[in-house]
Amino acid sequence: MLYREAGDFKTSYASDNQTFPIRFDRYAYWVVMAVAFLVLPMVMNDYWANSIVVPFMIYVIAALGLNILIGYTGLLSLGTAAFMAVGAYATFKLSTAFPAMPIYLVFILSGLVTSAVGVLFGLPSLKIKGFYLAVATLAAQFFLIWLFTRYGWFFNYSSTGQISMPERSMFGVTITGATASSTAVYFTCLIFTVAMAWLARNLTRGQMGRTWMAIRDMDIAAEIIGVNPLIAKLSSFAVSSFFVGVAGALMFGVYLGAVEAGEAFGINKSFLVLFMVIIGGLGSILGSFLGAAFLVVLPVLLKILLVDNLGWPADLARHLEIMIIGALIIIVLIAEPHGMAALWRTIKEKLRLWPFPH
Amino acid sequence: MSDNLLFAMEAALNGVTVGIMYSLVALGFVLIFKASGIFNFAQGVMALFAALTLVGLQNGQIPFAPIINAAFGTSIHNFGWNLPSLVAIPLTVLVMIGMAWAIERVVLKHLVNQEPIILFMATIGLAFFLEGLGDIMWGAEVKRLDVGIPQGMSSWVDETTYNLFGYGFFIDTLSLYALGIAAVLVTGLVLFSQYTKQGRALRAVADDHQAALSVGISLRFIWVLTWSIAGIVALVAGIMWGSKSGVQFSLSLIALKALPVLILGGFTSIPGAIVGGLLIGVGEKLFDFFMQPVIGGATENWFAYMLALVFLLFRPQGLFGERIIERV
Repeated sequence: MLYREAGDFKTSYASDNQTFPIRFDRYAYWVVMAVAFLVLPMVMNDYWANSIVVPFMIYVIAALGLNILIGYTGLLSLGTAAFMAVGAYATFKLSTAFPAMPIYLVFILSGLVTSAVGVLFGLPSLKIKGFYLAVATLAAQFFLIWLFTRYGWFFNYSSTGQISMPERSMFGVTITGATASSTAVYFTCLIFTVAMAWLARNLTRGQMGRTWMAIRDMDIAAEIIGVNPLIAKLSSFAVSSFFVGVAGALMFGVYLGAVEAGEAFGINKSFLVLFMVIIGGLGSILGSFLGAAFLVVLPVLLKILLVDNLGWPADLARHLEIMIIGALIIIVLIAEPHGMAALWRTIKEKLRLWPFPH
Repeated sequence: MSDNLLFAMEAALNGVTVGIMYSLVALGFVLIFKASGIFNFAQGVMALFAALTLVGLQNGQIPFAPIINAAFGTSIHNFGWNLPSLVAIPLTVLVMIGMAWAIERVVLKHLVNQEPIILFMATIGLAFFLEGLGDIMWGAEVKRLDVGIPQGMSSWVDETTYNLFGYGFFIDTLSLYALGIAAVLVTGLVLFSQYTKQGRALRAVADDHQAALSVGISLRFIWVLTWSIAGIVALVAGIMWGSKSGVQFSLSLIALKALPVLILGGFTSIPGAIVGGLLIGVGEKLFDFFMQPVIGGATENWFAYMLALVFLLFRPQGLFGERIIERV
């Protein structure tokens, strides 16, 4: 009798409103936290950290942001990678202009800068929606990347056109730059991921999330019951871009270290994050985690299986990967439009009744 | 006439020829959107796939050779024959029709009555699938496509303009052919949809799915039909682009440019697709020409999208589109 509401009595409003109403979920949550903070740093080697865990956590933040926009507010964006680039370049400019600023603050400020840019490009969403909006966000994608590669001010007139992260530390621990230990990188990403997921979860449960969902389900009807579409849509763009901007800042600051806008933040990255959201589950926090995990692990698995074990050429494996991802998108949309998160929901329903399903 | 004006005119003319290419891709979008309300993101990749198939057939490549070689350790590449274009093109058309049938069977049938945005995302998935499939079937390297359309500078345009203005315009012969082919294609499509039985059925479905069903039109057949036509239009676009700059992945990025074209022209209008394509083509060349000294080059990357963005704010239905009416 693991997974039951029964016997878990709520005696206060606070406990009635808690994030995980079922005791088993709460335990699971603490176990995951303990593993992430205590066990993983001990057992993980650099390869795992660099190729799976760190990118996974960064993509989780980006997917959370995009999920707020698409899954919760119903506004389709194809410009995610450009907003990540805004976060990355803001981090670069801020950390080189104010060397003394704490690096975590830099990441958060970069998110806020991205937020402002996101609101600017979100303005058309007040008049248009659906794929019309998708095209409008494509404008952001191509224009911003062009801007970042064209104007020297953004990359401090470096001859390569690249930006590279200076070394910064907090409390005596090097966090960015080439000498940062993988543990420091891991904990930075983990802290941000946990904080952002907590923020996303509580924003979407609260009044703000409800107005977003009202807009998503039918915007005219939402307007009639008193939701202000201006505030709802722009706040969704602002919050979403904040998440995406922080993801971009982390991707540049602690993960890649040096990036070139067109290469690291091209349109394909936008699609990648979009696919994470679709496969994971539209309108689900857990879905963002599952989708990001799936699409980070899949290429690594394919590479290990096809290239390392079977000796296939690497580009063939990559094409196969593209094909599999495309097919998966279609399959997910047909079979389970709410993604992997919905599978988990079904399992939970079954668990609740187990072992007497009738 | 001042040199600058002449250069601008040349840029505009080149814009027209690029714009026609955009229009060709946009045409396919419009056809599918009209008939099924699906915004087919995969149109560009379909053009790429069609061109890849055509080249592969022409050169007698063995489909899936790379993966067969990798899996079984063989090294097969070619059947050892070269098909003439006249045989290869009909074969490619057959492949595209088969693909349309498969898409209807596997994807669309299951997604009937879903929201447009879900269908849109499904076509993004389809685009990735086709891209991977094309690469695996025919190999990913850049290929030369030659179906016998003359290429290079058009000396006729050069001479005529030289006699007129004292400065010869540089225009690719291929682009002139593209103009002609686009005109033929549009005329053909209009004739087909106005004067044939299937064309009438097509328009009926575009007008109202339910009513069309109730008078006995098979929706599924019409969908296969429109996707086949879109596939053939994609093949034409693929041939033109492929002859111009080789068959390669960037073809599918060009297709993204068709999105702003549609926004300008309207999603439901065939003439709109042509006019929108021309506007975008000429607009981006002229913008680049005049703004290059001010803000730097390579503005072609984003000009079309920005134009569409501004356009959306004032006339969301496009120049020729039907008015968007929202009801609760």
